[in-house]
Amino acid sequence: MLAFIIRRIGQAMLVIGVMVVIVFFGVNVIGDPVWMLISPEMDQSAVEATKIALGLDKPIWEQFVYFVGNALQGDMGRSFVHGEPAIKLILSRMPATMELALVALSMAILIGMPLGVYAGLKPETRLAKGIMAVSILGFSLPTFWVGLMLIMFFSIMLGWLPATGRGDTVRVLGIETSLLSLNGWTYIALPALNLALLKISLVIRLARAGVREAALMDYVKFARAKGLSQRRIVGVHILKNIMIPIVTVLGLEFGSLVAFSVVTETIFAWPGMGKLLLEAIQRLDRPVIVAYVMVVVVLFVAINLVVDVLYSVLDPRVRLTEAKA
Amino acid sequence: MTDTPISPAMLAGAAAPVPKEETPFTRFRKAFFEDKVAVAGLILFSIIVALALLAPLITPQNPYDLRSVDLMDSRLKPGSVAGEGFTTWLGTDGVGRDLYSGILYGLRISLMVGFLSGLIAASIGMAVGLIAAYAGGRVETILMRIVDLQLSLPAVLIALILVAALGKGVDKIIFALVVVQWAYYARTVRGNALVERRKEYVEAAQSLGLSNARVVFRHIMPNCLAPVIVIVTVQTAHAIALEATLSFLGVGLPQTEPSLGVLIANGFQYMLSGSYWISFFPGLALLLTIVSINLMGDRIRDVLNPRLEK
Repeated sequence: MLAFIIRRIGQAMLVIGVMVVIVFFGVNVIGDPVWMLISPEMDQSAVEATKIALGLDKPIWEQFVYFVGNALQGDMGRSFVHGEPAIKLILSRMPATMELALVALSMAILIGMPLGVYAGLKPETRLAKGIMAVSILGFSLPTFWVGLMLIMFFSIMLGWLPATGRGDTVRVLGIETSLLSLNGWTYIALPALNLALLKISLVIRLARAGVREAALMDYVKFARAKGLSQRRIVGVHILKNIMIPIVTVLGLEFGSLVAFSVVTETIFAWPGMGKLLLEAIQRLDRPVIVAYVMVVVVLFVAINLVVDVLYSVLDPRVRLTEAKA
Repeated sequence: MTDTPISPAMLAGAAAPVPKEETPFTRFRKAFFEDKVAVAGLILFSIIVALALLAPLITPQNPYDLRSVDLMDSRLKPGSVAGEGFTTWLGTDGVGRDLYSGILYGLRISLMVGFLSGLIAASIGMAVGLIAAYAGGRVETILMRIVDLQLSLPAVLIALILVAALGKGVDKIIFALVVVQWAYYARTVRGNALVERRKEYVEAAQSLGLSNARVVFRHIMPNCLAPVIVIVTVQTAHAIALEATLSFLGVGLPQTEPSLGVLIANGFQYMLSGSYWISFFPGLALLLTIVSINLMGDRIRDVLNPRLEK
């Protein structure tokens, strides 16, 4: 177990290293950020001064060495636009994004599991077919368009929920959260539902497929023969076994929720790190782009590691020492 | 590593006669058409493609031609009559372009980007997967590490960073979509090719002295196509949605190439003031396109999935 974790961390470091190189050089190909920051009245010497102040006068490899040296000390450079350390900017926006992703993930499980298990137990009923049709629709709906439609329906036509922003937040343990006030919930409801939609469909399908497969297994027949109630068979025996793939997939999908929040946050003006990334891309704010990617890559690698370890806990048949990549 | 001993059972399997009248394709076609939903998807998809192809003949206006666009017609409600005399059944957008025309022309771009990127990605991914499986050793390790690295990151993030670095344009977005997709094909094809490579027909081809390239592309590849077809449908739908998403965020296609995503983005600013149709109808077209592909894809997967075979 320990050897496995150490090896995985080694691999993770390698992944992060490769990503640093790709992203740093990739991002530095984008336009010239100096032109976004200077005003037309500035003369050549002022332009040069801006360049030197940002460290853009040096050759790219020198910038890279400088960047890596600082990054190892937790300094990802200063935002060209905000003038603040990029990493600080991103970390300050992170709670909002995490909160959104967590609520979306909970929605996916709470809505998707019951529907999927039902569809798997009674696949021939009309309701089950309806659920599956909706899940195909959920896969097909372009997230951003659904976001627009949610705003149109719930905010403009019905006027029930606010369309943009985050609402009141409460500070708990140094982190701002909107989950502790009713006002906060009204603001998070639409973006979280928007973000969750795709995952709800995913959970429905996974649960349905899992239940259908498990229902044919000998242990289910045995439980039936023992005279256990349907509730116990489904709730304990089947659910326990189908949770493994679902936990794995959802764990891995958490990262994609964070990444997809770029879209949702932009539509709902949710002040998270996804919105920050998009603004940074539009303004060529290189340090913020690089820092964002680094934070997300570290997050992903961590998630993958945790999922692998959890997998072995949930399913003792999986032997970690032999695990792949 | 092809020196697996040939057992009598394997020889018997190899000698089994193949019924002539039932090719895999006819079997596939029959199974596909058994499902009414999939057929509905196919019909819907055919209509969409036909509309997109015939766009110049069946639209009242060419949205690219500035002479035919009148600013006075901007933000007309669906069903009103434009200054040119035709009825705009879906309304007009913020600069007076007929939305029905805009959507059909937009479909052309969206479909083109989706299919082209899918095709290129499938070719690259298949080649990489086959080479990795056949070459083995260090080549395989390196190629598959790259695939793993890429698949561990979400597509939307990679595409976003890529188009941010490359800039706007059809060629750039196709490149980004190819980069995002190829790894799925590579991984699947390699998995399949590893299984196929050990089969006796490959050994037979090798003992005949055929070149490696011929064995890989003429013998192994055709047997790895089934999962590729499944991924093509899924990934094309993904690619179309991803392009629309990027264009909506303002980092995909430029205003001069108005795909459905660009149209939806243009409508976003008018939505809060009540002109819902500018975003609604292009989105509906996008949705129908993706649904039709997914309906077909669902059936194709069921038909081609060996685990579900009766």
